[in-house]
Amino acid sequence: MAAFIFRRFLLALATMWAISVLAFTIIQLPPGDFVDAYIARLSSTGSSVSLAEAQGMRELYGLDKPYAVQYLKWVGRVIKGDFGESMEWQRPVSEVIGDRLWITVLISFAALLVTWGLALPIGIYSAVRQYSVGDYVFTFIGFIGLAVPNFLLALIILYVSFRWFGLNVGGLFSSEYELAPWSLAKVWDLTWHLPLPALILALAGTAQLIRIMRANLLDELRKPYVVTARAKGLTETRVILKYPVRAALNPFASTLAYLFPYLVSGSIIVSLVLSLPTVGPVLLKALIAQDMYLAGAIVLLLGLLTVVGTFLSDLALMWIDPRIRHQVDQ
Amino acid sequence: MTVIANMFGRWFGRKAPQSGAIGEDRIAVATQSQLIWWRFKKHKLAVLSLVVVALFYLLALFADFLAYTDPESSDSRRGYIPPQSICWFDSDGAFRPYVHGLKGVRDMKTFKLVYTVDPNRKVYIKFFGEGYAYNLFGLIPTKRHLLSYDSTVPENGLFLLGTDVQGRDLWSRLMVASRVSLLIGLAGVTISLFLGVLFGGISGLYGGAIDTAIQRVIELVRSIPTIPLWMGLAAALPNTWSSIQVYFAITLIISLIGWTDLARVVRGRFLSLREEDFVVAADLMGASRMRIIFRHMLPSFTSHIIAAVSLALPAMIISETSLSFLGLGLRPPAISWGILLQDAQNIQTLAIAPWLLLAAVPVIIVILAFNFLGDGLRDAADPYG
Repeated sequence: MAAFIFRRFLLALATMWAISVLAFTIIQLPPGDFVDAYIARLSSTGSSVSLAEAQGMRELYGLDKPYAVQYLKWVGRVIKGDFGESMEWQRPVSEVIGDRLWITVLISFAALLVTWGLALPIGIYSAVRQYSVGDYVFTFIGFIGLAVPNFLLALIILYVSFRWFGLNVGGLFSSEYELAPWSLAKVWDLTWHLPLPALILALAGTAQLIRIMRANLLDELRKPYVVTARAKGLTETRVILKYPVRAALNPFASTLAYLFPYLVSGSIIVSLVLSLPTVGPVLLKALIAQDMYLAGAIVLLLGLLTVVGTFLSDLALMWIDPRIRHQVDQ
Repeated sequence: MTVIANMFGRWFGRKAPQSGAIGEDRIAVATQSQLIWWRFKKHKLAVLSLVVVALFYLLALFADFLAYTDPESSDSRRGYIPPQSICWFDSDGAFRPYVHGLKGVRDMKTFKLVYTVDPNRKVYIKFFGEGYAYNLFGLIPTKRHLLSYDSTVPENGLFLLGTDVQGRDLWSRLMVASRVSLLIGLAGVTISLFLGVLFGGISGLYGGAIDTAIQRVIELVRSIPTIPLWMGLAAALPNTWSSIQVYFAITLIISLIGWTDLARVVRGRFLSLREEDFVVAADLMGASRMRIIFRHMLPSFTSHIIAAVSLALPAMIISETSLSFLGLGLRPPAISWGILLQDAQNIQTLAIAPWLLLAAVPVIIVILAFNFLGDGLRDAADPYG
């Protein structure tokens, strides 16, 4: 088991390395370097930088060195928590990102919980009551969830709630708490605003998971051991929950590893529509303004987030499914 | 998806499998493609989706013919005109479709001339009349359009789905956008297919260390959050690029992720077919590796590939739409579904011009249709199962 965890950990590290290279490539992609952009910005406000100063800055950031050296320098600084300076905001990148990263984590995680919380009972219900009215209704809603991209869904909900209920469902805080420091009241306010974006984000994944859960459980329910359990006189609930559901959960957990990157990715675009204070809107603005250290840092952090999420879901998979644990031990 | 398709199959009167001597005789002598077609036909919803998808691609082919005003021509005085409904019969009861014309009103706040709908004027619609000039299929210069109206009078206008802020007709733009978005899906899937067959094939054929390495790479690609990565790559495209260059670059970017699913399908097929008797037999008879792959293995999994492709297409379309919606995908003057939806991005605009959301309708229909179609194809792909 330790070997399995170690292997997954190595894969997570490799993924992280690949993401860091990608993030650094994104930083390097626009023509010119950081100093060029910095000088252009200064001269647009009237001040100027001498050639010697520019050269000094290039040496400070190692911009005169080859790509690989620059990459290593950047990674070295990032590990120490220094993501560089955001040109757009004139502040350190870590300060700009601040709370936004945690709000992204919060929303993605809430969406994950919603996905689990909905898909599990509905999946079980749809399998046990196959072809019932409820089964059809859920399948139908699931289909909508699959076919409508989540930013469109957010847009439609935004319009409907505005048009017929006169509500603005955007944002994550009421206006009085938006800039206020964290307090209990603010957290309470947040819990009221969180469910809707989480639900919008979760719908497509939930639809997928319901399908998987339903199909797996249907396969399990036809197996002889279920008949045996019934013949022994177990109650119906116990028959279903104790064995077939547990066996059907296995692919459920493995899908989770792919679900988390998907949710994090989705949160970016949904945040823009619903104006949520996640890293999404900052990333878009940074990319448009070519504020590359900020953009690179966000891509890197989002990557880190999904790598950690995937690793945790691997651990969860092992915890749920004894077959994997034993297979690994052999 | 199978489950849902079955359910709809039941609704649409899907019949139980044929039994009896006649049916069995027919099945016994049928070719594989006949078997696949019969199986596919039973799946009524998939057949319906095939028709829908075919209609959409036909629409894409005749986009300019179906549009009636130049999608680029703008007139700020005609901004945000709501959709007009067609009155099919004239006041004397004769079949002569018309819409209400426009009326110039001076806005007393800005002193600008603004057009609004005038219920007293009629603009008659002609079928197969002449409109703006275009090249049919990009080759044949013509002026024929399905619908046209007398555009010499400035107060005339036809806005079946309303106009955007710049007074551009949404219907005409939607037609042209459909062509762009549907083609970018096809182009993206072609590149993905190439990568998928290449890597999946190598992985399944050689196995061992190469297989493990490719599988790890696929796992790695799948665990990277796609949207931020796409955004980063798309934003790095130089501003000086023409919209054609951007188009190809965006296609490439979205297909960089899509190939992993296809590679998995191809690999899975290769692995299972490698052990089949007919492949072993061909090998023992001294057939070359290339002959085994292309003559014996490929025909038995092309159907699987087609199914996987039709399931990958909607993902491509969503990707392009999302990127363009964010303003990082295709750039104006290119028109795509995402670019049209970009206009409907915030609640202030939606409150004034809710019809801009209509651009979402074809997106949803096409994605649904491709999903059902891919589902039916996947069921039919293995007619012996």
